[in-house]
Amino acid sequence: MSTKYDAIIIGGGHNGLICAAYLAKAGRNVLVLEKRHVLGGAAVSEELHPGFKFSVASYVVSLFRPHIIRELNLAKHGYQIIPMDCSFLPLPNGDSLARWADPQRSRREISRFSQKDAETYPEFSRVMTHMGKLAKEVIDHPAPDITSLKIKELTSLLRLAKVFKGLGPDLLHLNTKLVTLSAVDFLDLWFESETLKAPMSVSGIIGTYQGVRSPGTAYVLLHHYMGQLDGAFRSWGFSKGGTGGVSLACAEAAKSFGAEIRTESAVQQVHIKNGKAVGVVLENGDELHAKQIISNLDPNRTYLKMIGEEHLDEDVLKEVKRFKLRGSSGKVNLALDRVPEFSCRPGDGDHIRGDIAIAPSIDYLEKAFDQAKYGEFSQRPYINAVIPSLTDPSVAPPGKHILSCFVQYAPYHIKEGAENWPKYREAFGDTVVDTMAEYIPGLKDMILYRQVLTPWDLEQQMGLTEGNIFQGELSLEQLLFQRPIAGYSKYKTSVRNLWMCGSGTHPGGGIMGASGELCAKTMLKSRSI
Amino acid sequence: MPVKSAFFPRTSELCESMKWKEWAGYYAASSYLTLHDAEYFAFRNSAGLLDITPLFKYRVEGPDAASFLSRIMVKDISKLKVGKVTYCCWCTDQGKVVDDGTVMRRDENMFFVTSADPCYTWFSRFLRGYNVTLVDVSEKTAGVALQGPTSREIMKQVFDADLDNFRFFSTVKTRAGGFEAYISRTGYTGDLGYEIWVDNADALKLWDALMHEGKRYDIRPAGLDALDMTRVEAGLILKDVDYFNALHALIDDRMSSPYEISLGWTVNLDRDPFNGQAALRKESLEGSKWAIVGLDIDWAEIEAIYARYGLPPEIGSHAWRDSIPVYTDKSLRTQVGYATSGTWSPILKKNIAMATIRKEFDQMGSEVQIEITVEHVRHTATATVNKTQFFNPERKTSNPNATKS
Repeated sequence: MSTKYDAIIIGGGHNGLICAAYLAKAGRNVLVLEKRHVLGGAAVSEELHPGFKFSVASYVVSLFRPHIIRELNLAKHGYQIIPMDCSFLPLPNGDSLARWADPQRSRREISRFSQKDAETYPEFSRVMTHMGKLAKEVIDHPAPDITSLKIKELTSLLRLAKVFKGLGPDLLHLNTKLVTLSAVDFLDLWFESETLKAPMSVSGIIGTYQGVRSPGTAYVLLHHYMGQLDGAFRSWGFSKGGTGGVSLACAEAAKSFGAEIRTESAVQQVHIKNGKAVGVVLENGDELHAKQIISNLDPNRTYLKMIGEEHLDEDVLKEVKRFKLRGSSGKVNLALDRVPEFSCRPGDGDHIRGDIAIAPSIDYLEKAFDQAKYGEFSQRPYINAVIPSLTDPSVAPPGKHILSCFVQYAPYHIKEGAENWPKYREAFGDTVVDTMAEYIPGLKDMILYRQVLTPWDLEQQMGLTEGNIFQGELSLEQLLFQRPIAGYSKYKTSVRNLWMCGSGTHPGGGIMGASGELCAKTMLKSRSI
Repeated sequence: MPVKSAFFPRTSELCESMKWKEWAGYYAASSYLTLHDAEYFAFRNSAGLLDITPLFKYRVEGPDAASFLSRIMVKDISKLKVGKVTYCCWCTDQGKVVDDGTVMRRDENMFFVTSADPCYTWFSRFLRGYNVTLVDVSEKTAGVALQGPTSREIMKQVFDADLDNFRFFSTVKTRAGGFEAYISRTGYTGDLGYEIWVDNADALKLWDALMHEGKRYDIRPAGLDALDMTRVEAGLILKDVDYFNALHALIDDRMSSPYEISLGWTVNLDRDPFNGQAALRKESLEGSKWAIVGLDIDWAEIEAIYARYGLPPEIGSHAWRDSIPVYTDKSLRTQVGYATSGTWSPILKKNIAMATIRKEFDQMGSEVQIEITVEHVRHTATATVNKTQFFNPERKTSNPNATKS
């Protein structure tokens, strides 16, 4: 009989590591098992080309909960975020729009396209800050169950109601719009300029299989607006050393509290005895036992692979199977031998030190989605690119740079069948490079190394089912008390002593850490561990 | 009207924010960009280049140079080895601090002293009987600080010196393409970094060489706003902010001993006579009245106070330097001291400050209350007493590629 742990966590993504850290901090004996040789799941840095540290999958940080940094002492363990100062939009006609942290500078830039929008812009930010505050109440607590009459649930609902009430009628109405409208409709309430709206609307589609005109996407817009860095809402930053830096800091914190972490330890399934999880079976045949098992995997993998259909009720099985994953994005990471300069605004100035959007118009974005609807990757994709090496010299050799491109749409379900993605991988990579090269002359001659990740690769390498970067779409019907499925939203699964802590649970999505934290706190509070 | 340092042709061109400040009679850039964040992060992640010409600079030469400096400084400078630098302060006979600065032993009988205030006349008062020449080279010498993790690599590209074996608090004369410079591994950011001194005539050559070679290492010109944040993180005190020059203090209460401003460690008491020795010995036996400590201000409490007003917590983007009362409890009646400077530390994710508090309250880990004004109303937040040095990375003192032990 192997050592008995209080908890075994399957998967060493940032949420799994955070969950481990909280449980270990509370004195529990915790083991984290990671399949890969590196920790971090999708928040991972890997040196794929000598001297170049790629943030392979997720690439920027904003949503990470500030209190987790404090409670786990993450700054001491190497957590460091360098803020991004600019959002840059190069345009095919040689023009460009840069939005800066400096509000006057942004106002002047936006005025070139619309004076009205330029002056409305701060108002929009103000409203979104209020919305962000509301969102903070929602994401910093487990989602209350509206169907329950238990005192605990009602108190939790009351607390939320108080915050809602505090918003006042105007903002409340807006909130309704936010959860129902499309990103574009929502932005239309404020702005007239396509050039401004297009790059703003994309926050509404990131990671979803929807277009900027699809209803419900306004919520995802908010999800990307509620990030907080050092008290400031809406700010984004680079993790020093790549996004793996966040995961490694979480791992160090977990270890400092006594958690044990093993890499290259793939779990085959959860051992279930008499309807109760009692341990895990590793791929090498070893069996480890623990009082509680926690899965950092997505709902699909947790229920269908770790638990197995034979242990599930029909109802649960049906719900799990309808849970929408359908990844829609890919990633192209380039190692470059010099600074990529944009023909519309040359130089290596601060405009390219933040994020760079290829989103010239709303139609462009909607057309990109049109192709995805019919199982093709976009020939003219939306790209969100960053050059982290300009602000963090530790990720590339001196004078060399990394151009990291998040690309949408690359639907998991291509019409040839997802398993045929490898055949189209390089064509997809070429499309992205071609698109970027229209704005960066000479790009193709700068490339020292290219990594192309299709949704299929994200699934194969990182275990993200259907390549969904959020472990499940952030659409309204699978959020809050319905994330991942109604009745099992509080980090519990339908199997006793088996829990979930990944972004497939509330609040989910992005390098936020909240799911891992809330899972641990829920377990501790209910004295389940 | 302030004057321009020898770097002004370059700094003025780069200072797109037009934010200048007066520093010891010179124009000094507060920040080159409208927002100084990038300059702060350059100090901490790549390299920031700061014009430090406004410091006062003195050359002390002659067979008695070491004994002369030992006489005026609280530290026994005769023990300082050639090629080494020390940081200390100097006092009045009453043991009150006049100024603080670095002393570099460039040669057996040649020293270089920097100070924040003009000290030529003060030093001159003690020259009698010493075979020493004291030269004020402030106006002839230009200086920059190059600070940050990539600064060593940039220095290697520019200078002949053996930078891999160049230790923390060392100094050496070295050459770059077309000019000579004194470099030292010192700074005011608490990070890996160097200070470089050249004749005014070579200033632009120095600036251009560093900026040119630094490009590949993400160098940025950085101003005093960014510096101020880093120096608070590093727990480095500042004259006229955290203490006052005893010669300028209007009342005795504004004077401080080295022990009271966290510089007790620089005092070497048992040796030949030096300025302030008797008073400092007495204080070391009887105890001091005040102490400078670090304060780690509870973020959750600040957040909660703002939340009462329906506001997200607002943290200034700048380091502050106002005097803020510090109490033992929340009644606002039991003041035990005052914070003198502070900042939000983006790298530590802490709201930190330096405070002068009554000695009996300076135990590490004890809690005090610091005043905080939210929506025009005074509140207090709990702060934990800490060392002043919040940030101290290994790279500051390490030599990872050293070939000599």
